Amino acid sequence: MNKHTPDLKAEKIQGGVHASVRHDSAHKHVAGTAVYIDDITEPAGTLHAGLGLSTVAHGLLKTVDLSAVRAAPGVVDVLTYEDIPGVNDISPSGMHDDPVLAEGKVQFHGQPIFCVIAETREEARRAARLAKIEYEELPANIDIWDLDQTTHPQVFPPLTLKRGDAAAALESAPRRVKGRMRLGGQDHFYLEGQVSLAVPGEDDEVLVHCSTQGPSETQHMIAHALGVPSNAVAVEVRRMGGGFGGKETQANQCAALAAIAAKKLNRAVKVRLDRDEDMVATGKRHDFAIDYDVGFDDEGRILGIDYTFALRAGFSADLSGPVGDRALFHCDNAYFFPHVHAKSALLHTHTVSNTAFRGFGGPQGMVGAERVIDEVAFAVGKDPLDIRKLNFYDAMGVEGTRNLTPYHQKVEDCIIQRIVAELEESADYAGRRKAIQEFNGNSRFIKRGLALTPVKFGISFTKTESNQAGALVHVYTDGSVHMNHGGTEMGQGLHLKVAQVVAEEFQIDLDRVKITATTTAKVPNTSPTAASSGADLNGMAAQDAARQIKDRLTDFAAEKYQIPRDQVVFLPNRVRIGNAEISFNDLVKQAYMARVQLSAAGFYKTPKIHWDRSKGRGHAFYYYAYGAACSEVSVDTLTGEYIVERTDILHDTGRSLNKIIDIGQIEGGFIQGMGWLTTEELWWDGKGRLRTHAPSTYKIPLASDRPKIFNVNLTDWSEAYEPTVHRSKAVGEPPLPLGLAVLHALSDAVASVADHTICPRLDAPATPERVLMAIERLKAQKKG
Amino acid sequence: MAAPEIRSELRFILNGQDVSLRAVAPDQTLLDWLRLSKLLKGSKEGCAEGDCGACTVLVGRLTPSGGLVYEGVNACIRFLGSLDGCHVVTVEHVAARDGKLHPVQQAMVDYHGSQCGFCTPGFVMSLYALWMQVPNPSDQQIETALQGNLCRCTGYEPILRAARAISSYGGTEKDPLLLERDAMIARLKALKDGARVEIGDGKSRFVVPANLDDFAAVLEASPTATVVAGSTDVGLWVTKHMRDISPVVFIAGLDELKSISVEGDTVTIGAGVTYTEGLKTLANHVPALGPLIERIGGQQVRNMGTIGGNIANGSPIGDTPPALIALDAKLTLRKGTERRTIRLEDYFIAYGKQDRQPGEFVEAVHVPAPAVGEKFAVYKVTKRRDEDITASLGAFRLALSADGTVTGITIAYGGMAATPKRAFAVEQALLGQKWTEATVEAAMEKYAEDYAPLTDMRATAEYRALVAKNLLLRFYTETISGAASAQVSRYEAA
Repeated sequence: MNKHTPDLKAEKIQGGVHASVRHDSAHKHVAGTAVYIDDITEPAGTLHAGLGLSTVAHGLLKTVDLSAVRAAPGVVDVLTYEDIPGVNDISPSGMHDDPVLAEGKVQFHGQPIFCVIAETREEARRAARLAKIEYEELPANIDIWDLDQTTHPQVFPPLTLKRGDAAAALESAPRRVKGRMRLGGQDHFYLEGQVSLAVPGEDDEVLVHCSTQGPSETQHMIAHALGVPSNAVAVEVRRMGGGFGGKETQANQCAALAAIAAKKLNRAVKVRLDRDEDMVATGKRHDFAIDYDVGFDDEGRILGIDYTFALRAGFSADLSGPVGDRALFHCDNAYFFPHVHAKSALLHTHTVSNTAFRGFGGPQGMVGAERVIDEVAFAVGKDPLDIRKLNFYDAMGVEGTRNLTPYHQKVEDCIIQRIVAELEESADYAGRRKAIQEFNGNSRFIKRGLALTPVKFGISFTKTESNQAGALVHVYTDGSVHMNHGGTEMGQGLHLKVAQVVAEEFQIDLDRVKITATTTAKVPNTSPTAASSGADLNGMAAQDAARQIKDRLTDFAAEKYQIPRDQVVFLPNRVRIGNAEISFNDLVKQAYMARVQLSAAGFYKTPKIHWDRSKGRGHAFYYYAYGAACSEVSVDTLTGEYIVERTDILHDTGRSLNKIIDIGQIEGGFIQGMGWLTTEELWWDGKGRLRTHAPSTYKIPLASDRPKIFNVNLTDWSEAYEPTVHRSKAVGEPPLPLGLAVLHALSDAVASVADHTICPRLDAPATPERVLMAIERLKAQKKG
Repeated sequence: MAAPEIRSELRFILNGQDVSLRAVAPDQTLLDWLRLSKLLKGSKEGCAEGDCGACTVLVGRLTPSGGLVYEGVNACIRFLGSLDGCHVVTVEHVAARDGKLHPVQQAMVDYHGSQCGFCTPGFVMSLYALWMQVPNPSDQQIETALQGNLCRCTGYEPILRAARAISSYGGTEKDPLLLERDAMIARLKALKDGARVEIGDGKSRFVVPANLDDFAAVLEASPTATVVAGSTDVGLWVTKHMRDISPVVFIAGLDELKSISVEGDTVTIGAGVTYTEGLKTLANHVPALGPLIERIGGQQVRNMGTIGGNIANGSPIGDTPPALIALDAKLTLRKGTERRTIRLEDYFIAYGKQDRQPGEFVEAVHVPAPAVGEKFAVYKVTKRRDEDITASLGAFRLALSADGTVTGITIAYGGMAATPKRAFAVEQALLGQKWTEATVEAAMEKYAEDYAPLTDMRATAEYRALVAKNLLLRFYTETISGAASAQVSRYEAA
C-alpha cells in the first residue's frame, strides 16, 4: 500500500474524480485498526468523567450535596458550574441559553448538573450516582401538541414565508381541506457516542480530540468556557463513528468539560458518554405539529396554502431557529404553490434541546408537503402520484410561471419531471398499482400499498457566512501530497472525495495524496460539516490550493524551459513541458531546488447566494438536488405489522465525484429516513423522562427491515446547473426524505380498508401501532 | 461425592495467547478487559447492552460431545469470569498474520460494507461466525445472523452484497481458526481440569462450579448469589444499573445443564441450553417455536441467553414462557440434592415473584409437543420485527373434536399482565363451542376480563388489548383448512 511507483505511461490517473474508489479507511474499518477518539492511546495518568444528570424535568436546585461523590473511590475532582473559568455557555445561536453545567435550575430530565473526574471511567460513573440533590419542582411542558402556538414562549424568533395572498386564495378555492399532523423526532444513533479527550498543554493551551462535525465551533466554545483566546485551543478529529448532525453542536459539551477538567487538574481527561446518557442528555431531530389549510381546484391543482410548522425546541434555542427555517424552505417540496403563507413556531419545552439531524428540518417540511398532496388526492379521488405531477415546479428550460418558491427564489434547475417519469417506468408503477388492487381484493387481512414520492432539496447553508471553506495542501519534495481541509469525516467519504479532487488537479494517482486529520490548527474558522456541503465547499477550497501550487509549478517550468505557459500540461503522473515529459515528482524536485513555494492555503465561498430572514426573501440555495423513491409495502391489518416489499430509487448527484460513495449515501439515507418515519419512536413519560434511551427500546432499522428488493440508481444524465466542483451535487441529506415513500406506501395500504375514499392521515413514526389505529379509524369512518 | 479441587485462577485463550488471571472482578466485562487491559481496541462499545453488536467477538468453546464451536457474542455484557476454558477471538485475530485480509474482511472492503466503520468490526465478526458454519448462506440466513448488528450508515444493502460474496474470496478450508481446530481443541481440553474456580473474596467473589452437583452445593451454601448463565439480562444490571452482583456463580460452562433429550412426546432441555443450542430440537418438536426463537434478541444474544434464564428471571415479557405455558411445560427446580417438578404456569406468582426458594435453581424444562391433531401457534408483536422486546405475544393450543367442537384450548400471553398469563375467560368462552368465526369473535370480547395491559414505550394499553384480540382471529384464520398465512412475512414459507 505504501510503496508506490507512479505509472508514467498511464492514460488516466488512478482514483481521479468520477472514479468509483472505495472508502479510504475501508481496510482499517474491517481490520479494527481505524482509530476513533476512544481508541487513541491515552497519555499516562488520563482521568475519566462521569456525569450527574437531573432527575426532574424542570426545577430549582435547592441543594446539591456532592460530598459522597467526592469521597467515592478513585474520585479526583467534581466539577460544577462554579469550576468553569470562562462563561458557562455553549449556545451556538448566541442566545446564551445553553449552560455547560446547570446553574440554579434544571430545565430537562437528564440535564448535566455536575461532572465527576476519577481515575477510571467506572469509578466516575459509580460516584456520579451518589449525589444528593434536592429540587423544587416546577411545572413542565413536555409535549407540544396542546401548546398554544400564539402565546407559548419560543426559543428564537420564528420565520414567516409569504408569497401572493394565501388567505384570499383559500377563500376562493373550489375545494379546501384543513388538517393537522403529528411528526415524531429521531435520535441520531451514531454508533460512536459523544466523546472527547483533552490533553493540557503549557500556558493556556489545550488540545482536544473530539468527535465533532464542527471543530472550529468546538474550539471557540471551549475557548469561551475556558476564558482563553481561540488560539490557545486546538481541536482535532480524524474520523467520527457517525454524526448525522448529532455532532454539529452536541459535541461541544463533552469537549468543554474535558478541556476544563484537563486544565484544572493538569492531566489528560476523557469524557465519553454511555449510550443512555448520550440519548438522554443530547439533542435530537425535532418533532413537529404541522397545521395545514390547503385550497385546490377540482383537478387537484393547489391554489393556496397556509401552514404552521410548530416544533419542539427543547429548553434552549440551539439550532431550532434555522431548523424551523429549513422546514419552511421545504414545505413546498417539489411543488409550486401559487399563494402561500407559512410560519414556524419554535416552542420552548422542558425537554432536551433539539438540534441538527441530516436534513435539518427540510425532511419535516417535505412531510408536510406530502401530507397535503395526499389530502388533495383523496379529496378529488385521484392517485396521489397524479396530484404530485400536476403540481410540480416548471421543468428546467420551461419558461413558465410556476417556478417561484415561497421564499421568492426562482427554481431554474428542476429535473423532477424526468426523474419521476423514468422511475415510474423502471419501477412499473402502473402495472404494480393494478396488481396491488387485485391482490387487495383477494386478501382479507394482508393489504399492500404503493407510493412514489419526489425530493427536491436546497443546497447551501442558509446562514450565509457558513458557505465558505479552507484547505491546506503541501507538496513534499518527493512529490507526495499532504491534504488538509476544514471538513470532517463521519463515514460519508468526504476525505476521499476531496483527495480525488486534489489528485485530479495535480494529475497524480490518488494514493499519492495523504488524507490527514481535521484540525483547527491547520485550517481555521471552518464551517461545520453539515448541510450536505462538505464536498462542495472543501472540494473547491482544496482545488483552489492545488491550483495555486500547480500555477507556480507551471510558471516555474515555463520559465526554466523557456516555453509558453500553455505548453506545460499536467498528464497522469507526469508533466509535458514543450515536447519533453518529466515525472511530476521530478518537476516538484526541480521546483524545490529553485525555491518555489510548494504549499498553499485554498479558499472558497459559494457565489450567488443571499438571504434576508426579516423579509423572507432571497436566493437561499445555490442549487437543488433531486430524487424520487417508489416503495411497496405489505401490511397486516390485524396487528399493523408491515414489511417493505420493494423500493426503487432514482437520485440525482449531478456528475458524481464517486458513484459508489454516492450510492452508499443514498441507500443509507433512505433507510435512515425510513426508520425515522416507521419504527424509531421517541417516547417520553408523564414526568418528561425519555424512556426510549437505548437500542433495547429505540428501534433503528435492521438488515431485515431493508426493502426485500432494493434498486438504487443515479441519474446518469444530470449535471449541476451551477459550476460546482466538477459539476457534482451534494448527497448527504437529500436521500433521507426518500424514506417518505414508505410512509406513503403504508398510508396507501391503510387507505385500502376504506376503498381509498378516506385520507388515512397516518402520523409518523408509523409504528405498527399507529398503522393499526389508523386502520381501525378508517374502518369506523367507513361504517359510520 | 468428593468436593472438587479449587482453582483460584481463571484460564482461557485470547486469540493465540494463553491467559491466566488471579484477580478478576465478578462484574468485569470482556469488552472493558479487552479495551482497557489488553489495549485491543478493535471491538467497540456502542450500547453496552447487547443490542448493537459493535463489540461482537467470537467465543470458541468445547461442546459436550467434544467438538469446538465458535459463536458471536456481545463482549459488552459477557463477563470475563464466564470464559474459563474458552477461546476468545477478536477482530485483531481475523486477518492473516502477514496482514492479508480475511475473505470476510476483503468482501466487506470490496463491496463498500463500511462507511463510518464503527460498527464494522462487529459485522465482520458476525459474518465470520456465519461463514464458518454456512459458507454460502441465503439472504434469510444472513439477515438472521445480523439481527444483533446495527449499522446507521450503509442501510445494510452493501453488507448483504459482501456477505453473499465471501465464499468467492476463499473457502473455509483455508481458514486459520478451522485449520487450527484440532490443536485448539487439545489446548482447551488441557484447560479443563475439573476444578471449581473461585476468585476473590468478601464483596467481590465469583465461582465457576466444577459440575452440576457442585453448582447445587455452591448455591445452597450461598443462596443470595447471582446465578449467571448467558448474562444477557444480568449483564445489563452491571453496565446500565451498576448493581453489585457479587457473589456470582457462572454456570454457562456446565455440560450437564446443556443436555437436550427427547422422551416420548416431551423434550427436556437443561437450564443452560442456549436459544441457539435448543433451536433445532425444539423447532423439530414444536415447529412454531423455531420462528419464535429466531426473533429473540440478536444472534449474539441467542448464543449466550438460555431458555432456563428466560424462565428463571420471571419477566412478564420473556418470549418463551407464554408459549411453554400454552404447551403445559413443566419445570424441575433443584435445591442441593432435592428436586421438585411443577407446572411452568405455577412458577409465575406475581411481578418479580416466582415459586423459587433461596438456594434453589431451575434445572430443566420439560416441553410436551401438542397432541396429534392439536393446533399450536405463537405470535410475537413488536415495534420492529427482529431484535425487539415484546409488546404483546400470544400462544394458542387448540384441540377440536371431529365435528369441530373445541375440546381443549389453552391461551397464554406475554406483555399483557405482570406475569406471563393465561386467558381463562377467553378459553372458557371457546371451550365446548364450535370453532367458528362467530364463536371466536364472541370470545374476543372476553379478553377484557383476562387482561388490563399497561401503556409504556413499547405500546399503549389500547393497542395491546386490540392486538391480543386480533391474534386470536389470526389463529382462527390459520387453523381453518387451506387458509393462507394471515401474517406478513419477509421470507417465502419454507
